[in-house]
Amino acid sequence: PHAGPVETKNEAAMSELVPEPRQKPVVPMKPIGINANLLGYIGIDTIIEQMRKKTMKTGFDFNIMVVGQSGLGKSTLVNTLFKSQVSRKSSGWNREEKIPKTVEIKAIGHVIEEGGVKMKLTVIDTPGFGDQINNENCWEPIEKYINEQYEKFLKEEVNIARKKRIPDTRVHCCLYFISPTGHSLRPLDLEFMKHLSKVVNIIPVIAKADTMTLEEKTEFKQRVRKELEVNGIEFYPQKEFDEDLEDKTENDKIRQESMPFAVVGSDKEYQVNGKRVLGRKTPWGIIEVENLTHCEFALLRDFVIRTHLQDLKEVTHNIHYETYRAKRLNDNGGLPPMTVETEENHESNL
Amino acid sequence: QNDGYRTLSLSGHVGFGSLPDQLVKKSIKQGFCFNILCIGETGSGKSTLINSLFNTNFDDPVSSHFLPSVQLRAQTYELQESNVLLKLTIVNTMGFGDQINKEDSYQPIVDYIDAQFEAYLQEELKIKRSLFSYHDTRIHVCLYFISPTGHSLKPLDLLTMKSLDSKVNIIPIIGKADSISKTELQKFKNKIMSELVSNGIQIYQFPTDDETVSNINTIMNEHLPFAVVGSTEKVKIGNKMVRARQYPWGIVQVENENHCDFVKLREMLICTNMEDLREQTHARHYELYRRCRLEEMGFRDIGPENKPVSLQEAYEAKRHEFYLELQRKEEEMRQQFVQRVKEKEAILKEAEQQVQTKFEHRMLMHQEVKLKLEKKKKVLEDEIAMFIEKKANAELLQSQASVSTPVVSLKRDKDRK
Repeated sequence: PHAGPVETKNEAAMSELVPEPRQKPVVPMKPIGINANLLGYIGIDTIIEQMRKKTMKTGFDFNIMVVGQSGLGKSTLVNTLFKSQVSRKSSGWNREEKIPKTVEIKAIGHVIEEGGVKMKLTVIDTPGFGDQINNENCWEPIEKYINEQYEKFLKEEVNIARKKRIPDTRVHCCLYFISPTGHSLRPLDLEFMKHLSKVVNIIPVIAKADTMTLEEKTEFKQRVRKELEVNGIEFYPQKEFDEDLEDKTENDKIRQESMPFAVVGSDKEYQVNGKRVLGRKTPWGIIEVENLTHCEFALLRDFVIRTHLQDLKEVTHNIHYETYRAKRLNDNGGLPPMTVETEENHESNL
Repeated sequence: QNDGYRTLSLSGHVGFGSLPDQLVKKSIKQGFCFNILCIGETGSGKSTLINSLFNTNFDDPVSSHFLPSVQLRAQTYELQESNVLLKLTIVNTMGFGDQINKEDSYQPIVDYIDAQFEAYLQEELKIKRSLFSYHDTRIHVCLYFISPTGHSLKPLDLLTMKSLDSKVNIIPIIGKADSISKTELQKFKNKIMSELVSNGIQIYQFPTDDETVSNINTIMNEHLPFAVVGSTEKVKIGNKMVRARQYPWGIVQVENENHCDFVKLREMLICTNMEDLREQTHARHYELYRRCRLEEMGFRDIGPENKPVSLQEAYEAKRHEFYLELQRKEEEMRQQFVQRVKEKEAILKEAEQQVQTKFEHRMLMHQEVKLKLEKKKKVLEDEIAMFIEKKANAELLQSQASVSTPVVSLKRDKDRK
């Protein structure tokens, strides 16, 4: 029996398990690209409209996770972002809840609609994170949850008879809340972001930013950025996934100047200069949440929702999920790589 | 842990209404793929129609009628309109309908379509894959050109379309429709449609579930098959240059809806349903191919105990099975080899034995002969000895005879004594 060169099965496609591959027809399958000059309007650009209509019909899923110690205003911020009571705290859960003994994962889903676009939004809360005396490995339940969602998707994708639209519960975006100490990042912050930035898009935000002055804010942000860089933490938008020059310039500006966003959240409205605005009322004035001179909430909102929402989903799908899938398919049951002995070395062995 | 999705109302403007725009922007950056397969007899007007549809002269050499079998030729073009970049692939059949025996005519076409599905499936099954940058070559629409005989479909048409209808979206077209009169045309169309129905051939139906397009799509469905005319030449009508065919009796204008259905085809194919054609190909035809192929490979969703088995587990199990099989085969090979060696050894041993026996036999023979020879030698030696003795005696006698008496008296004395 003859045998060809050795190929580690880890790199081979599933079909190589099949005894006989399909006969390929003798037809040039690598077409050449030629530029054709257009004379007159055809209507190819209508495909944009066709595509837009299709997506409006199917709707969108978006799953956002919030991580941070309790009391940093996570739920309020998410409610402010989506202008409705989407967080766990508002959905009838007991406000006077005790801090759980371990990190819990709680996901709440709602359907919201705007401009004809339907979005199924799931907010995933992580109560108990960083609240214990000993917080070692408290990111593990979170990492586990994220991987479980990838696993769920993979199982569906790999079915023979698959659903037309696989339900997407994967975490598209993880907002990590940094305590506004004004000094530097805490060891827990670094540990969490180091581990999780490899599996999910992390967007660090500085919570309760109304406790810092403008100068303190700028300095703190600079220090945080430096620390993240020194520790090799790639937060979203990751440099290596910039698709072209346009993306790079836009994202560079965000990475090097705006992030981490220093935010304030509120679901209460006040009258300021004849307008009703979301804000926090203090004895020394009203902090307007959506006022860019007061805090960077509007930047965060525009970034996550108005410009990069689709990209967050695509990076999750094309990169994080694919990484998980490749790893999963590679180490299955710890089987050794398959090698086929050739006749020469077979005989010499004997 | 999800709380049965309640609908919430927004208390202000959030901004995710821009989501379709974000998605479209990304799609524009990636560009679009559209792949058209044209099936029709040589000279049915395929290339001319494509040139007319896309308003450009694709370089397509005229093919001969004498090809021994049906071949397919694919060519990709990059077209740009405003900010949309389209990678258009046109696949043409060559020699279709030219052979004397057309039994196998449809097979290369089916093989080609399957090969594109297979390529996509292979990519999808890879461990390290890149689907988002994959150049999709799957056929999104098949324009089937019916000869304008005015009578009915040919057996080849029925056979070909039947073998393709579950693999690709088929839009039947009557090519060179300017050879049929209006009244004949309607009768012809009706005949074709009823033949398709009675043969259970599923052609592509323009979708009617979206209110914005359901009206026009329903009307268009009624006009199938589209009777088209194409032209690479332009004629001056009024003060415009239009695509047309000039005859002594008049001018057939390609884009005149009274003259032919060209405009309808372009509208349906490109402006209204291109995205749906792509989606049907992916969500229906490809999924069917994938399902059949995976089942062929031995994968199931339900295991032997009727419990759902994931493809993942099945794959792992199969891989393990394969590995065990490999080990078994290796062991078998090893055993076989050992066996052969043993056999060879045995044969050699026996040969050795035989040689040994022969050798001993020969040795024995050799001994015997040697003995015999020795005996003979002894006898001869004895004889020689006797002869020498005799000779000596004779010589002595002779010397005694010359001194005769003493010898005799000696003898007498000896006697007296």
